[in-house]
Amino acid sequence: MILAMLETAKGAISEASWETITAARDLAQKTNDSVAALLIGKEVRALTPMLKGVSAALVAEDQQLDSYVPEAFARIASEAITQKSPQIVLAPGTETGNDLMARVAARLGLGLATNCTEFSVEDGALRMVTRSNWGGSLLEEVEILSKPILLTLQPHAIPAQAAAGAEPTIEALNPTLTAKEFRVRVKEILRSEKKGISLTEAKIVIGGGRGMGSAEAFKMLEELAGLLSNAAVGATRVATNNNWRPHSDQIGQTGTQIAPDLYIACGISGAIQHMVGCKNSKKILAINKDAEAPIFQRADYGVIGDLHQIVPALIAELKRVKGV
Amino acid sequence: MLVCVKRVPDTGGGFKLTPDEMRVDTTNLGFAISPHEECAVEEAIRIIEKHGGSSTVLTLGPPAAGEQLREAIAKGITGAILLEAEDYESWDPAATAQAIAETVKPLGFDLLLFGNESADTCNYQVGVRVAHLLDLPCVTGIKALEIQNGKAIAKRETKEGWEVYEVALPAVFTVKEGINTPRHPSLRGIMSAKKVPIEQKRVTRLAPQLVRKTLKKPQEGRQLEILGQGPEAVPKIVEKLRELGAI
Repeated sequence: MILAMLETAKGAISEASWETITAARDLAQKTNDSVAALLIGKEVRALTPMLKGVSAALVAEDQQLDSYVPEAFARIASEAITQKSPQIVLAPGTETGNDLMARVAARLGLGLATNCTEFSVEDGALRMVTRSNWGGSLLEEVEILSKPILLTLQPHAIPAQAAAGAEPTIEALNPTLTAKEFRVRVKEILRSEKKGISLTEAKIVIGGGRGMGSAEAFKMLEELAGLLSNAAVGATRVATNNNWRPHSDQIGQTGTQIAPDLYIACGISGAIQHMVGCKNSKKILAINKDAEAPIFQRADYGVIGDLHQIVPALIAELKRVKGV
Repeated sequence: MLVCVKRVPDTGGGFKLTPDEMRVDTTNLGFAISPHEECAVEEAIRIIEKHGGSSTVLTLGPPAAGEQLREAIAKGITGAILLEAEDYESWDPAATAQAIAETVKPLGFDLLLFGNESADTCNYQVGVRVAHLLDLPCVTGIKALEIQNGKAIAKRETKEGWEVYEVALPAVFTVKEGINTPRHPSLRGIMSAKKVPIEQKRVTRLAPQLVRKTLKKPQEGRQLEILGQGPEAVPKIVEKLRELGAI
């Protein structure tokens, strides 16, 4: 059995979970095994008919599980693994998925390979996994010695594919939960108000780095963004650590990962920490005065020169051609 | 309070791998505290400044990792423990957590902070595993922390806003960058940190469950086109922006 741990949000199976099912089906085919899915929540049984190509759906429902309750979910998952002895357990490499699987691995005393991108199967057995290091700037091939093999799947590494086939059989797990499993739980949810276009939604992102030199200088990037369609402004870790911009604007390994149509990098050297956050941009245009800056090795278009001259000139020209 | 940190190479703009393709070649690189942990250190110092108490920074690594411990002390942490392991790169998260838990269990910390994941190996596990071994509650990936009457109020950021957790102490939290802006150490801090003793302890590794076979660089496929130099390049930039549908 390949056990796929699924996440649900707002009554639906998450995109990362569909990717996990796709990877689990592929592993099952290569290792001549079947796929089971584990669904945990308040009301999750209704989602099972959608799980085509999955042989069994293990369903753990409890009225108290209306959101992710880490220790309760971990207990249920660990008990299911002990009971079913799957050869591989695969979960989405999301924040929740990695949290859950770390807890499961700790409970069962097993190894866990997080954020896997590829699987290497030989002679019908999973031999090795490739996992992301440095936010995906390096890939590590790892052998996992403990059994069952616990893995999380890097989001977007394997595109979700629909499958045909029968609906799974349903098996209800009846979890016994104690107060201890609820010592960590969400007490309250605070909704934040949305302002402007977010970095992950924008079609164009303009980023500022060390070369900006001040918080003040970011005003021209805001002005430039206003002249482009659907554009937002972001920053590097150097800029957020200098308080030129709030951390929520940070693009990078410890900030936001963006994937716009165009990323305009201004005064950004191209540190690994930053490139991890923008490498999924369709096109990258870099403006930097240092022709040797590493960003030029990872950009599609380059302009060599001082952004403090180029950006104002670009703003003036855009205003002229747009007649504003 | 305990704050656990990892020494990682300061990679800057690129990686060179060692000839055996097993690790990052650090010959010409400096080292730093991994970013999330740098914020965990800052958070620990702020909590102590506000509520009093003492703080200890811990790392598992080579003797040279004393440099990162002293950096934390220079900023305001009061004590340091170095779990010395020359072969630290072959330690998996379970082994690391075991050594940390054994060391800190008798010390009775009220609050234990970790980074959410290290910059290099990105395993997302050590804090959770230590919490399990010590049977303590744990919230991962927090970006706000308040201590009130023996309880910790922690916030986790989501797409929609914030999840608020209230957990009784002692507890473990894994911190994400953005919880604060780390301070720079003062010159006086750097000088006095040199005199603070570091408690050193040699540790031996549990048999690993994860074994690295090789490290490689992913394919990158961009072809650079230079649009020009200085403000004279502006017409070419505008032309390109039009072509890309940006205007």
